[in-house]
Amino acid sequence: MSERDRPWIMRTYAGHSTARASNALYRTNLAKGQTGLSVAFDLPTQTGYDADHLLARGEVGKVGVPISHLGDMRTLMDRLPVEQMNTSMTINATAAWLLSLYVALAEEQSAAVAMLRGTTQNDIVKEYLSRGTYVFPPAPSLRLITDMIGFTVERVPKWNPINICSYHLQEAGATPVQELAYALVTAIGVLDAVKEAGKVPAERFPKVVGRISFFVNAGIRFVEEMCKMRAFVALWDRICRERYGVEDPKLRRFRYGMQVNSLGLTEQQPENNILRIVLEMLAVTLSKDSRARAIQLPAWNEALGLPRPWDQQWSLRAQQILAYETDLLEYGDLFAGSVEVQKKQRALEEEAWAEVERVLAEGGAVAAVESGSIKQRLVESNAARLRRIEAGQQVVVGVNKYLEGAPSPLVADLDEAILVVDPKVEAEQVASLARWRETRGDVHAALDALREAAAGDANVMPASIAAAKAGVTTGEWAGALREVFGEYRAPTGIAASAPLTPSVESAEGETARIRRARGGLTKKLGRRPRLLVGKPGLDGHSNGAEQIALKARDVGFDVVYEGIRLTPAQIASSALEEGVHLIGLSILSGSHAALVPEVLEALKDAGVEAPVVVGGIIPDADAGRLRDAGVARVYTPKDFELDRIMSDLAELVAEASA
Amino acid sequence: MSAAPETLAAGLLQRDRRAVAQALNLVEDARPAARGRIAALLRLVRDDVAEAGHVVGVTGPPGVGKSTLSAALARSLRRRGQRVGLVAVDPSSLASGGSLLGDRARMGDGEPDPGLFIRSLATGGHAGGLSHAAPAAIRVLLAAYDVVLVETTGVGQTETEVRDVVDTVALVVQPGSGDTLQFLKAGVMEIPDLLVVNKADHEALATRAVSDLRSALATAERIGLGGGLSILATSATTGRGFEDLAAALAAHRASLGDSLAARRRAGEVAWAAARFTARHGSHGVARLGGDDALRARIADALPGSAVPLVVDALSTLFLEDLSRAIAPKAETPS
Repeated sequence: MSERDRPWIMRTYAGHSTARASNALYRTNLAKGQTGLSVAFDLPTQTGYDADHLLARGEVGKVGVPISHLGDMRTLMDRLPVEQMNTSMTINATAAWLLSLYVALAEEQSAAVAMLRGTTQNDIVKEYLSRGTYVFPPAPSLRLITDMIGFTVERVPKWNPINICSYHLQEAGATPVQELAYALVTAIGVLDAVKEAGKVPAERFPKVVGRISFFVNAGIRFVEEMCKMRAFVALWDRICRERYGVEDPKLRRFRYGMQVNSLGLTEQQPENNILRIVLEMLAVTLSKDSRARAIQLPAWNEALGLPRPWDQQWSLRAQQILAYETDLLEYGDLFAGSVEVQKKQRALEEEAWAEVERVLAEGGAVAAVESGSIKQRLVESNAARLRRIEAGQQVVVGVNKYLEGAPSPLVADLDEAILVVDPKVEAEQVASLARWRETRGDVHAALDALREAAAGDANVMPASIAAAKAGVTTGEWAGALREVFGEYRAPTGIAASAPLTPSVESAEGETARIRRARGGLTKKLGRRPRLLVGKPGLDGHSNGAEQIALKARDVGFDVVYEGIRLTPAQIASSALEEGVHLIGLSILSGSHAALVPEVLEALKDAGVEAPVVVGGIIPDADAGRLRDAGVARVYTPKDFELDRIMSDLAELVAEASA
Repeated sequence: MSAAPETLAAGLLQRDRRAVAQALNLVEDARPAARGRIAALLRLVRDDVAEAGHVVGVTGPPGVGKSTLSAALARSLRRRGQRVGLVAVDPSSLASGGSLLGDRARMGDGEPDPGLFIRSLATGGHAGGLSHAAPAAIRVLLAAYDVVLVETTGVGQTETEVRDVVDTVALVVQPGSGDTLQFLKAGVMEIPDLLVVNKADHEALATRAVSDLRSALATAERIGLGGGLSILATSATTGRGFEDLAAALAAHRASLGDSLAARRRAGEVAWAAARFTARHGSHGVARLGGDDALRARIADALPGSAVPLVVDALSTLFLEDLSRAIAPKAETPS
């Protein structure tokens, strides 16, 4: 038997409630055989707000762990020696800050900073396009990234300062070609910026190229996905050689971690998701030449709510069985010389390269973000995908085919089948933050130094690390930089998007029927029915809201959509000013229980009487409570038939105006 | 739900946000039954808005950043203590009639600003960069706010009617946009009162863009266009130039002085005439004695009435005239 290959790093994206609870979770996960940490931060931490900020309400500890200051970082890493860890942090706009806290902690523990290993995600481009936790405008955001690269190349050489993510592009609907192209133009944008900033000497530049790593997605079409990975390897090698002149093949290696697709996980017959997850994992493991360095898998019940430790363990076991029980790691590349695989790989490379050149001609990734052109193409791809599922052209087992089946014992008690974050967590974090502020020393000087570094040409990392040690909080760090850099809102990308539905002439069936009904509604109301699509809270996952907004336009609504991260008061104010007939809220962070009642209250205060519907990852029990609170309809991932939702909305407006 | 026009008018003058919202819902109402109430509301606030406030049109080709510029301008005006109403017009889809509105940032960091009111309007098939309800919506906002910003759709060359409904036209262009000047020279774009070079994100760019435009304008001036036109550079990203823009707008408003009321009246007459012409064509205009006669009739009727009613009244007049003209023919045996 040939020598087995070393397995990839196995991680579980984890973190919730508090630093203490998350630390306990990490230690259990490592005991189960997990080999690296993947820290999920809560949305206030990701968007640079302290737990007591107005916008943080309902979001603290929900989708990840709140880290407000060095004390929280100490608790998070308690009894986890930083020198021995390989820690991946899903952090972007505030990546420089979280790395600063991590470095400050290491220095405090007298650990060798040069030995730290891990990854800060730090891909701001995909935040503008898909994930929505950006804070600063593109130029200063890129500058923070180049500062981090400059810092880590010198001081923390084993750290991956940036992890270019095609993952979230696929979640936003990207095709394999789009995923390849937009990830590569993002990497080019970052490297060009580093080069232009001139903070790294030319001879060190190949090392910078070598530190660029990627985070990819794999969907259920796992053969095509595997070919996509092979195409990534080939195209990246070409870019490193041709554009940056990197001669050392080691520095040209396409290093990537992956998480399989969450977009394709279903709420219907959710037990099937574990099979999807395993098949998708094959896409990044089967071919040795393009195998992932690190893998984290979602849990089978993610479309229902937050996964419990057991759910995550099931996914980890899938990795362990593939790596340790099967013979996969005993062979070289299984597909070298495969005619079919090569053909598909070439086709993907060619199409992706054409798209890369198109974006570069447009001025590069950042210009294409600012113009909204990439975003618009993603919104259109996602719309096409949803249309195929709705029309039954793309089979999703248990969703649009093979619906009949025995009830699953796994979800017999739905409320027990997910993790519920204790609502008291937020108050605890706010209280501990207040205690922190009282007991720390004066932070003014540290913040002034940070502002000065940000406003000038200096690398912000040393001032950030000093601020971390001085006791500055996440909100204060981001607040200081907001003052210097300003705050950014990305284009929503939907205004110019092509219609989802065919033109009027050929639009037969449901859409045409809804349009006719809507015509009657316009006569009755005296003006076209108006829908406000609102995203309260800090959740930036706007794909659902975008698709509803587009579809509503296409059946003839006037749709007001103002993008992500709005407070209940802002939503109520917009509803009043815009004179809407109906309000649709989209919340995917699990904070609906706190946010929806606040929006209802704010609407009442503003004197808006329009009915409210809510969409999101909302467990049944919560849906009942929301309806009791006055919500007219609740939609969850299983409501994939947009036409039916549109009929509902039109009926609600008609009833409300009767 | 539907408050009386008197209640709404009183609410507007007290700057009550709910009244503003309801009044805007009313002026958008296309049902025939709403006509009388819309006209009554507009008559009630007529004297209060005749010379009050300042209506600024923000116009320009697509992609120049009108939305971000309007938002930044509104912020700047708020800092000067002025209350701002913003009417933003977005295009309707030709296929479905639906539209996506409000793809623009609300301002502030969480708390809504009571001194700012933003209403989006869909063109609803109305050509010319505005919406049929825009003039009435402007009057409603003028009754409650100090400055009313009107952001047009960005259809570019056809936005000539904005001149009829605003006091000051600010044309927004991008650095290095020579085609804008071509449009100006060719007369397909209305001559603005101010030219704003947006996206001038750094000093060098701003300086060069302004001097480019100035030298190009010098050519235009020789053929009698754009004399004394102010050119300003702004950057919504850095916040540059907005204080100057606010000051330049105020200066233009001041320069209008006593002519403001007359200018607004003339705009109203032009708008009404355009509505009548759109409805009945040049044949209809000829039937009422030609364009000048039509305008004179409108101008006579307007002080006691409002645009929708005047247009309705003239339409009725025209249709009666038409049916009298046709009737005898119908009785003629064939």
